[in-house]
Amino acid sequence: MNFVQEMHLKDIFGPLASAATREAFGDAVAKIGELDQNVVALSADVAGSVQLSKFASKFPNRFFNVGVAEQNLASVAAGLGYSGKTVFIGAFAAFCPGRNWEQIRTTICYGEANVKIEGSHAGLDVGEDGATHQMLEDLALMRCLPNMTVICPCDYNEAYKAVFAAWKTPGPFYIRCTRGKLPIFTSEETPFELGKLNLLCDGSDLAIVATGNMVFPSLVASSILEKEGISVAVANMHTISHPDAAALEKLARHCGAIVTVEDHQVKGGLGSAVCEALSCSYPVPVIRHGVQMSFGESGPGQQVLSKHGLDAEGIAKVARQHANKR
Amino acid sequence: MPPLRLNSIKELKLMANTLRCDVIRMLAAAGSGHTAGPLGLADIFSVLYFHEMHYDPSNPSDPMRDRLVLSNGHCAPILYAAMARAGFFRVEETLSLRKLGSPFQGHPSRHWLPVETSSGPLGEGLAIACGIALAGRLDSAGFRVYCITSDGEHQEGATWEAVMFAAKYGLDNLVAICDRNYIQIDGNTEQVMPLGDLAEKYRAFGWNAISINGHDYQQIISALAKAKQTKGKPTMIVAYTTPGKGVSFAQNKHEWHGKAPKAEEARQALEELAAERKIIEAEL
Repeated sequence: MNFVQEMHLKDIFGPLASAATREAFGDAVAKIGELDQNVVALSADVAGSVQLSKFASKFPNRFFNVGVAEQNLASVAAGLGYSGKTVFIGAFAAFCPGRNWEQIRTTICYGEANVKIEGSHAGLDVGEDGATHQMLEDLALMRCLPNMTVICPCDYNEAYKAVFAAWKTPGPFYIRCTRGKLPIFTSEETPFELGKLNLLCDGSDLAIVATGNMVFPSLVASSILEKEGISVAVANMHTISHPDAAALEKLARHCGAIVTVEDHQVKGGLGSAVCEALSCSYPVPVIRHGVQMSFGESGPGQQVLSKHGLDAEGIAKVARQHANKR
Repeated sequence: MPPLRLNSIKELKLMANTLRCDVIRMLAAAGSGHTAGPLGLADIFSVLYFHEMHYDPSNPSDPMRDRLVLSNGHCAPILYAAMARAGFFRVEETLSLRKLGSPFQGHPSRHWLPVETSSGPLGEGLAIACGIALAGRLDSAGFRVYCITSDGEHQEGATWEAVMFAAKYGLDNLVAICDRNYIQIDGNTEQVMPLGDLAEKYRAFGWNAISINGHDYQQIISALAKAKQTKGKPTMIVAYTTPGKGVSFAQNKHEWHGKAPKAEEARQALEELAAERKIIEAEL
């Protein structure tokens, strides 16, 4: 495979460590707490689950648990933000932003509060808890808000960098995290720049643009197709709110068709963002692979994802159908 | 620049009368907006801005300022009137209320004006006020937070999330004032969705709660003083008010919750307020 050297990826075929991106969120916020006395954090009875308990145990005076009250979580955070604090909040994505979208819109985005939101346990990846807790609409909900930057990190290292970028950049952020462990295939040297598309491996017959937990299986899909003589580029779009229009256009010109892959409904998320960007520069066929407007179900996360074609084999199948379409 | 202080009840009453006139002029010029709530809150705003709160109109972002959070953002005209009379902006500017390009948005916006919060969606202000009060405590800043709420917005569940939060963290630098005027858009609060004895409810949630007549200056001033003396818990002042207070045709009429006076109605309202002013001036 034609890996892009500047991406400094680990050997994706070798043994890889794994961790959930929520763990990176928790580790990064706890680290930032050491560096910045002005940082506070809040959770809604899920501090342990979303890993903000790490910050809470180090800085008990700067951590606040609002109880099962996601609306209050967002609005209290806004008040702290108006008062000059940098605020990290975390809860399950199904309820933050699922339950508190209006508070995020009004108090955080319109109010211009420096609040960084962790939506954890997102996607079918959450598995056994079932459809109510498998948030598949959060990217759509957050992507349409003015002032909001939306990031969907692909592994532990990228999530850690994303949290630091959010800390250093004033304004509201939404960072989507997973419950399940993901292979750590990027390295500390892998570049992370807000709004920048990371081309991970080059190809000429098709481009896959993936986000979050779908980036790694997309690379594996590309390797499967390579053996069949199909050359598939893979790009990681971590910033959903601000598509890298120039890089997407370049990819579209080079490959002629794009498959987007996300653990999210196919309406409103990554696929829509890519279509919007390309439609005004260089329209090519974009096949949106994701959850086809349905709810999930209980089961091990990987099995639920596979049932929806969201694994390497499933992605390869879709890519195979659409390669060399020009 | 120190805030304008009015030290007699007569002066505070005259200021409230001025604020009511400002509200009527603003709404008549705008042609839309909310009349009953702002008129009902004028006495409380007179006390807050000209007797109680510390602020510097020449430095609106003074970190030590007391904060006023208007949770019921539709009452924006009374906030604009009070801030204008306090010196934050010129009174004439507020006549651009609700016009395109005006900083005096239909609901207050911190993007446009030095107000503490962008408000309007009900049931949010108390939670934001909690965040501000918490930040004040973290920074050991001595400021106080005054949150004006409506009775109707206590039907929003999120309000009660904030009520629990303030009690848990013992936010004694927070005073909430509920404009208990019994009206909401569709009618009487007790018919639309009964709220009952709000002071009792707040006490049950661990707050200090005081019920007052929201037009009685002694009671307003004394309740705010009691709130200041109360340590370890937040205070709710349930202020029983007359919606549309001071303007006969709007008084106690829920129809006047969300509409503005037409030119003729405004003229009549200003006449009535002028007559009321003469009576106040004649007081000892």
